Amino acid sequence: MYDSGKIIPGLIIFVLFVTFPIWYNHGVAGDVPKPELPKDYKQCVVPTTEMRVSHMILLDEWRDEVLRTGDRAYFKLEGKMYQKSLQNACMECHKSKKKFCDTCHDYSSVSPYCWDCHLAPVE
Amino acid sequence: MDKKRREFLKIAGISTLAGLGAPAVVDRLVVGSSPLVANATTEADSGGHGNAADSHAAPAAHGEEHGAEIIKTGKRYGMVIDVKKFYDNPAMAEACVKACHAVHNVPDFPDQKEEIKWIWQTGYNNAFTEHSHYYKDESTEKNNVLVLCNHCDKPPCVRACPTKATFKNADGIVAMDYHRCIGCRFCMAACPYGSRSFNWRDPRAASNLQDLSKINRLFPTRMRGVVEKCNFCADLVGRGEQPECAKVAASSRAIVFGDLNDPNSEIRKVLKENYTIQRKPSLGTSPSVFYIV
Repeated sequence: MYDSGKIIPGLIIFVLFVTFPIWYNHGVAGDVPKPELPKDYKQCVVPTTEMRVSHMILLDEWRDEVLRTGDRAYFKLEGKMYQKSLQNACMECHKSKKKFCDTCHDYSSVSPYCWDCHLAPVE
Repeated sequence: MDKKRREFLKIAGISTLAGLGAPAVVDRLVVGSSPLVANATTEADSGGHGNAADSHAAPAAHGEEHGAEIIKTGKRYGMVIDVKKFYDNPAMAEACVKACHAVHNVPDFPDQKEEIKWIWQTGYNNAFTEHSHYYKDESTEKNNVLVLCNHCDKPPCVRACPTKATFKNADGIVAMDYHRCIGCRFCMAACPYGSRSFNWRDPRAASNLQDLSKINRLFPTRMRGVVEKCNFCADLVGRGEQPECAKVAASSRAIVFGDLNDPNSEIRKVLKENYTIQRKPSLGTSPSVFYIV
């Protein structure tokens, strides 16, 4: 091979450069997000593990039930009545969007467009 | 390799015949299994002694298209607006518009091209294009009529919407799901009443919505690129309250809101006692908003 002295180190440098993000971040998962949970409430509408996985599906279901079928059934939690609403129910306990929603959404790099229309609590 | 042209044509001809003939034979053997056959029987005889399950789709689609009968089941919310009472008190109409737009966080864009309106005032000529305009009386000439989405029983906007973002809900209210709206504006073209407005700009940039802490915190805003319109206060009505405009005009009973399908409701009583007109009735949309003129 001609110029192998240049080509092989060049290739090695190229591979190292391309795989830089992999070996540089190896073994570091980043700080696990710690969303701030409401202090005054112990219980959510659905168990936490389930909520963590499928809160977006629940919100979609609520939306369709309220808007389309008019099923606005209120639910009772720890003696207080709540409606099916992100803006008017979820955010009543989870008072901070920054300390609750954003922590995980930023970590997993998702940007739902809820707050383009819905009003996040004033912080 | 040395197939003759003549032999090739023979084989090709036979296979073509077999290919065309086979489905027909199979259909004959399994009666009604082909949708073509099933539809043919229902078309000929609507009683349909063919395969009932298969022929179901055809008459259902048919019924929707003609839909001459107004189904009397369930609720159908409507409104009666007494125009004369608003003529006597034009400030009340303004108050209605203001209250509605405040409670629904409707952006205030002064430029008419990007204006958003849920309820507004317009001249008699514009509101009732099908009624005579010659030699109008003075108060009709001078004053405006309060107009809003008619929440038609046969809403053309719903038919036009390609994403089902706008739909008729269980209460007969023509509502919007802004999540689904793709901003195609077909519904705006379909609506004969101009009840729909498009958000050309971010509504939160409007002067009245800039400070989000001062707007109605119980109702969302909209985003750029969606169509919006009056929702008959579906959220309030769903909780058993009156729509905002009706609340403002409640003392004078200039706006009466209620269930048109309930023969004992107040709105039906008002309709029975007064001569009312609807906007553009000849279009067959059967509006749910009535006017006492």
